[in-house]
Amino acid sequence: MKLTNEEKTAAIETSLRVLSNYNQEKGSLIPTLQQIQNELGYVPSPAMEVVAEHFNVMKVDVYSIVTFYNQFRLTPPGKNQVKVCMGTACHMRGGNIIMDSWKRRLEIDCGETSEDREFSLDRVACVGCCTQAPVTLINDEIHAKVTPTRVEGLLYAYQLDKDKENKKAGEDN
Amino acid sequence: MVGAATCGRAAGAQNITKVIRDELASRQIEATVIEVGCMGHCYAEPLVLIQKPDNPTICYGYVSEGLASMLVREFIAGDDPCIEFALAAMEVNDFIPTFEDFPRGMVEKKVVMQHCGIIDPENIDHYIANGGYEALAKAIHKSGEEVVSEIKTSGLRGRGGAGFPTGVKWETCRQFKEDVKYVICNADEGDPGAFMDRTLLESNPHQVLEGLALAAHAVGASKGYLYIRAEYPLAVERIEKAINQAEESGLLGESILGTDFNLTLEIFQGSGAFVCGEETALIASMEGEPGIPRHRPPFPAEAGLWGKPTVINNVKTLSYIPHIIRKGADWFRETGTPDSPGTAVFALAGKVINTGLVEVPMGVTLSQLVYDVGSGIDGGKQFKAVQIGGPSGGCLPESFLETAIDFDSLNQAGAMMGSGGMVVMDEDDCMVEIARYFLDFTQNESCGKCTFCRLGTKQMLEILERITKGEGALEDIDTLLNLAKNVKTGSLCNLGKTAPNPVLSTLKHFRNEYEAHITEGRCPSLMCLNLIAYYILPDKCERSCDACIGSCPVESIFSNEDRIKVVDQEKCVKCKSCMDACPPQYSAVVKLSPPELVQEKENDNG
Repeated sequence: MKLTNEEKTAAIETSLRVLSNYNQEKGSLIPTLQQIQNELGYVPSPAMEVVAEHFNVMKVDVYSIVTFYNQFRLTPPGKNQVKVCMGTACHMRGGNIIMDSWKRRLEIDCGETSEDREFSLDRVACVGCCTQAPVTLINDEIHAKVTPTRVEGLLYAYQLDKDKENKKAGEDN
Repeated sequence: MVGAATCGRAAGAQNITKVIRDELASRQIEATVIEVGCMGHCYAEPLVLIQKPDNPTICYGYVSEGLASMLVREFIAGDDPCIEFALAAMEVNDFIPTFEDFPRGMVEKKVVMQHCGIIDPENIDHYIANGGYEALAKAIHKSGEEVVSEIKTSGLRGRGGAGFPTGVKWETCRQFKEDVKYVICNADEGDPGAFMDRTLLESNPHQVLEGLALAAHAVGASKGYLYIRAEYPLAVERIEKAINQAEESGLLGESILGTDFNLTLEIFQGSGAFVCGEETALIASMEGEPGIPRHRPPFPAEAGLWGKPTVINNVKTLSYIPHIIRKGADWFRETGTPDSPGTAVFALAGKVINTGLVEVPMGVTLSQLVYDVGSGIDGGKQFKAVQIGGPSGGCLPESFLETAIDFDSLNQAGAMMGSGGMVVMDEDDCMVEIARYFLDFTQNESCGKCTFCRLGTKQMLEILERITKGEGALEDIDTLLNLAKNVKTGSLCNLGKTAPNPVLSTLKHFRNEYEAHITEGRCPSLMCLNLIAYYILPDKCERSCDACIGSCPVESIFSNEDRIKVVDQEKCVKCKSCMDACPPQYSAVVKLSPPELVQEKENDNG
């Protein structure tokens, strides 16, 4: 995915701002990356360059950390982040079927962002809600006992909200 | 009080809280509404506890918005406690049974979970009112040596999974005369199927902090960290608040309780790598490196974070510490087995009726956990196995139901205590598929340092994938056994050493299932998607009902000339929606394995 110039500038500016709160000890390396991702939603290549310079390490070392840990993403997330839990309990109760439903409905693969950047789809190892399996997180909200029909329902609810917003925006104008 | 740990929130607890607040406000009733943690009865979430003067405290389960406002109306504003909706009472009374009166209550013995779901996790006074920080106040005037020896006598073993004696670990660290030492609370609970650390952090954060402070005092450290998974935002939030409160109350920070003991605590957020649960990998990640384990010795207790002596204990282990210091080592040894004293916390999930968290004495049997605590298998199905210990553990079949479980007996049975995740499986669960699932997990999470772990698990996974697709060969089983042996011996850390456990235990106890996949192309549990097909029984299909058609997300079901529904096998994505949608009085949708059976059936029907 190609970044726009604005995105590149935003990445560099945000990284510099985050870094100004941290010392140069290597123990702060992962927390800064986490903070950058919190603000940008991902850790783009220009940000990694800035971070590498700050901690005086090679860029490839920062890259190796970003790719080692599951938490970090290299591409911008969608406006709505869908995360399907793939823990044991969710798996036994059909987590993969739920994942398939999301893939089919959003027309993207796991780890991808939809063309209009409205949705991104990811898997998480376990959110620790095993008693409510199978679960899906949409942004930070956990949805319990999801079925393929519920996937449709959740998307429908999202569409309704969006229509409402559009209508409101239209009225305001 | 509303149970608002992550599990409760998933079930809609925050909405319930709002309904209760609104209802109270509209009636101008003065009442305190508190969001508490989790009692462990997760199956009945959302949970609401109501404490009203002159009444026993009552716990209500499965609370809907309607029920929530009714409880305010009838019980808080009126006099009717709505007994028919009560789950149990919290104290003995004449009309509602307590949790202790149920079979689960007989088995359960709460130590670290005693106050979970009852006290406000965001209020230090609730913790103190229940004896909190008493142990710290007591121990702070003793020498570190005395504290270590108390823990040693108690026989407490690390609850992170390996069961290493905590006192011995502390003693090693204490011996080193260094200026700087560290204590770390390991809350990187990455095991899929385990959620007890999350619950303890969310429900009683001060208990963990007190344990960590006692550990620091015992070994002589003045800096501590809590390494918490980033996937647990609520736990991070609550621990953060707890640290601030404890500092304000003089229980953490400089000259604690007026003594010369100082301790500053900080949170370090993990970033989603399972291997970081391993001590040396955890340290590597704190030092800003990829979480790759290194060879031990030296153990972290000798040379850990930044090369300094470091004690790393799991959330549960630390939670026991205040209780042991307060009530003594002998009290702790009264529970459990001689070699594994105390209690164990299990996360019961899967096909049991009552899922949730339960704390029981070490040495209870599997059948007590499944049948007394879990109330047996959901939907009247047949029990098949318990997967215990997460990806490092194994599957135990029915013949192990009467085994008393503790660290050692589980190891002997080819499973592991691990972090205590227990997934119960019934006749619908395929053991080959579960082995494949765990291998997929460990293969993904392998850090890649050891060749056997990196490539061996990959080979094993590929073989298992072939088998679940019906493309396996009989010699695959021998290859699997061979690889399992080599991965076990050729790996440095416990991730690799235990990775083959799920394969080995399922092969040992359920070899016939592997053989059915290989020789007959059939999945006996009707689970492996490639080996099953959905079929609508023509004689059971109610022609005028369109439930299955409506539910199918890919429009693969159509009506034939007799208006009987038929599944287009080419289009079907095997999502089970039609089976769920078919009204129970017809139950016309069935799964067939191998898929070729569909053709046979159709031919039979002309």
